[in-house]
Amino acid sequence: MQEEPNKYVKELTEEKYKYGFTTDVHTDIIERGLNEDVIRLISAKKNEPEWLLEFRLKAYRHWLTMEMPSWAHLTIPEIDYQAISYYADPTKKKEGPKSMDEVDPELIKTFNKLGIPLEEQMALSGMAVDAVMDSVSVKTTFKETLLEKGIIFCSFSEAVREHPDLVKKYLGSVVGPRDNFFAALNSAVFSDGSFVYIPKGVRCPMELSTYFRINAANTGQFERTLIVADDDSYVSYLEGCTAPMRDENQLHAAIVEIVVHDRAEVKYSTVQNWYPGDAEGKGGVYNFVTKRGHCKGTGSKLSWTQVETGSAITWKYPSCILSGDNSSAEFYSVAVTNNYQQADTGTKMIHLGRNTRSTIVSKGISAGKSQNSYRGLVRVAQKADNARNYSQCDSLLLGSQCGAHTFPYMDIHNETAIVEHEATTSKISEDQLFYCNQRGIPTEDAIGLIVNGYAKEVLNKLPMEFAVEAQKLLAISLEGSVG
Amino acid sequence: MLQIKDLHASINGKEILKGINLSIKKGEVHAIMGPNGSGKSTLSSVLVGNPAFEVTKGSVTFEGKDLLALSPEDRSHEGLFLSFQYPVEIPGVSMVNFMRAAVNEQRKYKGLTALTASEFLKLMREKRAVVELDNKLANRSVNEGFSGGEKKRNEIFQMAMLEPKLSILDETDSGLDIDALRIVAEGVNKLKTPETSCIVITHYQRLLDYIKPDIVHVLYKGRIVKTAGPELALELEERGYDWIKAELGE
Repeated sequence: MQEEPNKYVKELTEEKYKYGFTTDVHTDIIERGLNEDVIRLISAKKNEPEWLLEFRLKAYRHWLTMEMPSWAHLTIPEIDYQAISYYADPTKKKEGPKSMDEVDPELIKTFNKLGIPLEEQMALSGMAVDAVMDSVSVKTTFKETLLEKGIIFCSFSEAVREHPDLVKKYLGSVVGPRDNFFAALNSAVFSDGSFVYIPKGVRCPMELSTYFRINAANTGQFERTLIVADDDSYVSYLEGCTAPMRDENQLHAAIVEIVVHDRAEVKYSTVQNWYPGDAEGKGGVYNFVTKRGHCKGTGSKLSWTQVETGSAITWKYPSCILSGDNSSAEFYSVAVTNNYQQADTGTKMIHLGRNTRSTIVSKGISAGKSQNSYRGLVRVAQKADNARNYSQCDSLLLGSQCGAHTFPYMDIHNETAIVEHEATTSKISEDQLFYCNQRGIPTEDAIGLIVNGYAKEVLNKLPMEFAVEAQKLLAISLEGSVG
Repeated sequence: MLQIKDLHASINGKEILKGINLSIKKGEVHAIMGPNGSGKSTLSSVLVGNPAFEVTKGSVTFEGKDLLALSPEDRSHEGLFLSFQYPVEIPGVSMVNFMRAAVNEQRKYKGLTALTASEFLKLMREKRAVVELDNKLANRSVNEGFSGGEKKRNEIFQMAMLEPKLSILDETDSGLDIDALRIVAEGVNKLKTPETSCIVITHYQRLLDYIKPDIVHVLYKGRIVKTAGPELALELEERGYDWIKAELGE
């Protein structure tokens, strides 16, 4: 494709990122820097029990011995971990607010502006939301309605207070505090996030959703999500995220742990729209996230769906450990990079149980001067008889200055395994765009049509409202990418 | 409807069109014939604004407007349609979504509201019948996995949907068996009104048996070297182009 001088480049990201505003709210921010006192302070602010402080300190001490991973196909500028503030509380009250009257109107306005109404009567029907800003959960809707069915959906801090046994049992059971550099950091300083427990035999009647928002400057967000689906239960969970436009980079290092028991099913969908930085590559969020699910039970099922359009740098591999016999997992991903964005994302499917199945569908879209990599591991352990994996990794290129890379790893220790891998790379051709033009469809809309068609298989996996949102987001993220 | 004056165009610095003059009135069908490499497809590409070609001289007026100043999509909105010689495959984009975008863009340009889903599907059904296009094809990705004949039928279907004032059929007969040729040609004839015009680019008389031209031109080495009535096509079929080359002193 011929490279046009990019006349749209100026108006690109800066104007198109509509979530780039900041909220003017009094925020309790602790001093920058990281040491054991800071960790004690965070723990004290949250009135945490001793065991949790110990958990944090152990993770911190281990983190000190670790180095940032360098194997990803990413160029990560040096991060000064002492220049970040590890706790920012925009609700400035000791306890999280209990009713709408107590939530600062500025915060309600912010979430309204983001399309996340916190008043239950205004909320999207069939969706409960936990809204997290910086280090604190602002509000969780429909909590009571859900509790009637025995479903626990609350902020992580509240779970520690109200359901310590469950938290203690499952915290760190899928992503251990020593798992990797960012996981160790998160385990030491994690602030808030969501906790979900679906009891035996319960089908969660509404979509559960957490909306993450970074607001304060020079802070990192280190949230922690823990989802436990007990035997024969079902839940669909959505995660959305945005951040203001700032010239400095912001660090986001989260952990999501999911435990799926016998015959239970969890669907986890993400639309990641962190600020990607401007057209020259200045600013943006570093998104270094560890997400992992454990299909522990027989016949359990876990499905990851992600649409990644934001962040300056994405380092993220939502994975599944398939230890239950007959368990299955899916990973559906669309990752878009434009301008100077970098993404190294994919999945790990670890087959331990018999008759386990996994499906990987990854669609990378690169534009501008961005680098987009798929990295995936399929491991079949010795005892995992009749394991099956199907992987499909497609790359779509717009322009000739971007890069698409695929790093599939396979590690097979059982002869009965059937593992398939398919990969394609394509470019949106001038011919296709001109054909659309001749039929009256302008180039930008034509790219939207083609990209949405390309990503359809993944978008179809998203819940309805999200799919529409994600479609628009894809088009916006790529606006101006072809001259 | 269309006036082409002294049109010169080149690709990668090589001049292909060397001064085309052509005038098409409302309701007329013009056939453009000529040996391979004479510039027939270049002419159609230039008219619809393919960016691969550069217009170096001349003017084109379409319905009183300076055609060359319009973007390719606005040329389409103004009523210019090209049936591509090689229709392009667009994997992942269904014909329904593609046509809906096209029809609604045209409506937007004309200041009309977008069609609702049911209005649109009704229109699709109606127009599909013109070229006997299977419903299955309409639900598939644009041209993907279509046979040669299906692709050409799909072009005429799109023409039916967009109701252009001037249609250019660029070798629409190539690669068609006799039945497909008949369906495509009959489709074009059904769409023909006294208000619309047509440029038929072809090598063969057989298409012109169905789509009757009013005027036949011979394009050779980037110029129109001969213009006559429909009998010229028959003569070319019989005698080839050598006698024309001879007339030109070659």
